[in-house]
Amino acid sequence: MSDYTGLYGSSSPHDHAAHTTSSIMRDVAFALMPILIFATLYFGWKALLLTVISVASSVFWEWLFEKLLKKPITITDFSAVVTGMLLAFNLPVSAPWWLPVIGTAFAILLVKQLFGGIGKNFMNPALAARCFLLVSFPTIMMTFPVDGMTAATPLAYLKTGALDQAPGYVSCFLGVINGSFGETSKILILLGGMYLIVRKVIDWRIPVGFLGTVFILSYLFGGDGLYQILTGGVMLGAFFMATDYSTSPMNQAGRLIYGIGCGLMTVIIRFFGSYPEGASFSILFMNVVTPLIDRYTVRRVYGTGKQHLFKSAKNAKEGEKP
Amino acid sequence: MTDMPFSLNFLKKHPGSAVKKYSFRGGIHPDEHKEITEDLPISDKVMDPDGPMVFPMQQHVGAPCSPLVKKGDKVLRDQIIGDTEGLGAPIYSSVSGTVTAVKPMPTPSGRKVMSVVVENDHAYTEIERPYPPVSYKELTKGQILDRIRYAGIVGMGGAGFPTHVKLKPPKDISIDYILINGSECEPYLTSDYRVMIEDPWRVVNGLRIALSLFDSAQGLLCIEDNKMKAAASLMPYIEGDDRIRILILKTKFPQGGEKQLIEAVTGRQVPSGGLPADVGCIVLNIDTSVAISRAVTQGRPLERRIVTLAGDCVRNPGNYRVRIGTPIRELVDKSGGLTKEPAMLICGGPMMGMTMDSLDVPVIKTTSCILIQSRRNTLMPKESACIRCGKCVEVCPMFLQPYKLNELVERRDFEEFIRLHGTDCIECGCCSYICPAKRHLTQSCRVGKQKAAELRRKGGTRQ
Repeated sequence: MSDYTGLYGSSSPHDHAAHTTSSIMRDVAFALMPILIFATLYFGWKALLLTVISVASSVFWEWLFEKLLKKPITITDFSAVVTGMLLAFNLPVSAPWWLPVIGTAFAILLVKQLFGGIGKNFMNPALAARCFLLVSFPTIMMTFPVDGMTAATPLAYLKTGALDQAPGYVSCFLGVINGSFGETSKILILLGGMYLIVRKVIDWRIPVGFLGTVFILSYLFGGDGLYQILTGGVMLGAFFMATDYSTSPMNQAGRLIYGIGCGLMTVIIRFFGSYPEGASFSILFMNVVTPLIDRYTVRRVYGTGKQHLFKSAKNAKEGEKP
Repeated sequence: MTDMPFSLNFLKKHPGSAVKKYSFRGGIHPDEHKEITEDLPISDKVMDPDGPMVFPMQQHVGAPCSPLVKKGDKVLRDQIIGDTEGLGAPIYSSVSGTVTAVKPMPTPSGRKVMSVVVENDHAYTEIERPYPPVSYKELTKGQILDRIRYAGIVGMGGAGFPTHVKLKPPKDISIDYILINGSECEPYLTSDYRVMIEDPWRVVNGLRIALSLFDSAQGLLCIEDNKMKAAASLMPYIEGDDRIRILILKTKFPQGGEKQLIEAVTGRQVPSGGLPADVGCIVLNIDTSVAISRAVTQGRPLERRIVTLAGDCVRNPGNYRVRIGTPIRELVDKSGGLTKEPAMLICGGPMMGMTMDSLDVPVIKTTSCILIQSRRNTLMPKESACIRCGKCVEVCPMFLQPYKLNELVERRDFEEFIRLHGTDCIECGCCSYICPAKRHLTQSCRVGKQKAAELRRKGGTRQ
């Protein structure tokens, strides 16, 4: 009989779920794949090339920062890959190759790492970088050529009132329209989003709150709600950007409020602002509001409600006397 | 679940039993691993232990017992060897033989506790018991409580609260429900399940005895929906009894947590820092109910229990009837030994059990499971940064903010930890289980609770 010495001591629980940060991020990247394939087929090889450059530079910046500061290298958690993909998806296919390199430097170095790395950033890195590029290089970012011809996006048509030239619902849904190359195919974004909801990677409350608010409010403001959610970056934003863990609320109630807030801001910018698109700005705005939402949506801890404090069984029977 | 011969429908025949599945908010569903042992009958293989029997003087919540025997004394089976005046329950010898030592010994609680060590003479000569077998209906409430107190029964699910105290709440509290906790939500554990299948009469009889102490209470047999065979086994014994119902709960961890069970079934929440009796409930474990039945109807003290032995190192996993005081080494050897070098020995389930650094600890009244895992199954995942996914908040059955409490403990802000009710944590392990960054959330709450208790003690001396 062996003595069976050398038993490890540990603190419970001794069982852990199979998922990891890395597996969750890989799930997100996987959900984005169909969109990338579609973009490559519809917009050409340039879309794939920009995405590869964006992902590679994003991972490089993260590695470089951590190497220089002698921090543990976290590129294997795939979060930089997701950031790279999402930033690329927000670019027009005509963008020069160096644009995603600058964009990811801003996203990873400034927005993510300087604030402490994964989980600590207060803004979605990909979105912040997009807006940075939008204000720095407005001409490049707002030019959407298809087949060598420069054309406007559906939202730009709406903004200028050229309604008769705007593409129809079906084209918008399938994504055979102009726009940032990862934003157009709503059906594939929806598919990827559904996948993430089923896999419990993202909470349905954020996209449903977001899209539902845009849909309903647009009709209230005299617009076409369905068309509003089928155009621009709302769909990609609702499923893939607003649901970013670091910058969205922790509680379920908070997530619904956050989603609704995103939708509200989007509609206000789209209907009353001077930009044709407001999804990015509204998500960034709600990112900043997140700590506040978190603070006011903390659930009441079990057994600490006023009704529980002095409630004996007798009181319960006699009709909830205080 | 495909070969399950019973469905929820059989419950429809019994009026009052609910087909609705009760549940609480939050929780997780880890791999159950129950298939390893659930169909194996309870084995008597280890009922004749050789090794020195160790009886720790504290196997319950409350004051430790004082040893009533000394080295060299002869003891008989069922003889009281330790008792206390304070909150607690007496300790019995489960064998006859000679006391070889009275000294501190390691116990499953992790601490060394004063213990009586008895050399088994294998005769099992019984002491003359003061309470003859009788039907509980012939006894007064006081007599029933006397028998339960005499039998040394404590909550056998793990908490170890003395049962006679639980069954005698303060006079101004009226008890509406007595819940029999057949949830057994920890992975691997099947001891309660086997007891419900093999000894349903005693389970129900124990509940009837408890109900006889309270005039207006209802009895609820709460069973998770992965144990429908157990529900079907209990069914015939409650036929025609309008005070007892079977309720089916969703299979989820920690459904068997006292507070979660009460919320799932009655919708009431036990107040923070209070007891189930504060909301008119008493929760009894399955094995406790059997022990009550044996104590009152047969006059026998608590000296044996059912233990699930499992884990990938164990040659013959299963449920074993074990005399309390049997060293775990003895249980392992008599059951057939181990197949490979163990790396971790867990007393209790994988979610809430404690690791032991040796096999030389005894089975006590609250030991429900012994889990012996090899290296492969025990690697603690490496911690990485919190990604704020919110999964810990979603699963916490106490509605706490585990990520926040973890942060507070790391920066040693225990005042804020107390303010956010960190001390209400039941250490169920859901947050650590679900965390994709593998943060040690439950573990840090444990630290926080200890520090908070120290703070409170200091605050007490200052006043």
